Amino acid sequence: MNIDTVMNKYAEISIQTEDFDHGYEVNLLESDNVEDGAVVTFSGRVRNNNLGLKVKGLFLEHYPDMTEKLLAEIIQTAKTRWNIGRVKVIHRIGQLAIGEQIVFVGVTSKHRQDAFAANEFIMDFLKVKAPFWKKELTELGETWLEAKNSDKEKAQAWSK
Amino acid sequence: MIKVIFFAALREQLGSSGTEISAKCASTVAEVKDALGKKDQGWKNYLANNSLLCAVNHQMVQGDFSVKAGDEVAFFPPVTGG
Repeated sequence: MNIDTVMNKYAEISIQTEDFDHGYEVNLLESDNVEDGAVVTFSGRVRNNNLGLKVKGLFLEHYPDMTEKLLAEIIQTAKTRWNIGRVKVIHRIGQLAIGEQIVFVGVTSKHRQDAFAANEFIMDFLKVKAPFWKKELTELGETWLEAKNSDKEKAQAWSK
Repeated sequence: MIKVIFFAALREQLGSSGTEISAKCASTVAEVKDALGKKDQGWKNYLANNSLLCAVNHQMVQGDFSVKAGDEVAFFPPVTGG
């Protein structure tokens, strides 16, 4: 699938090292958009703990171009499954400190149910499909995180 | 030539972000792995990890997928973003 046919002013993907402004992103989803009454956003942040260890920060790596392609496919699938308006996905890469934002998914729709479901669907598939990798910096040193079965099961549950 | 790239833990284990192999050495993804393993026992061991995923030209594929000159083959561990 051609990414350009999916990506337009109503669906945007940004992979970036810089932080993002949650309020600004909500404004973008809402501006000149009075057709949609629902705006659902998710943002993920760096926790200070994981698996019982103190976390000092994260390093995020990705596969350029493939990431954008995979995310575009996920958004396209969501658009065929639910009646949604605008979509914005932001994912940060590089070095991130505790409390920093990692990921943003924003979806608008006429009624809340479509935006709620599509947002969760996009996030669930981003977790298991998009080529990002997290390296955790803990009190014991650096470790690449392992993929969780619970994430895989969560994504698989959408096809039931 | 076939361009081969590695990511995350695998990149660190191999001490390399990528290499190139002759398209004559491999006609499938599995054969690309074998050809890389012949260069170095350490590489062979790390590439034998069954959980590794593979993409050819940004598309997820299995080991029997055909490769040709000019392809970009990527090996990487299961993804952990979000």
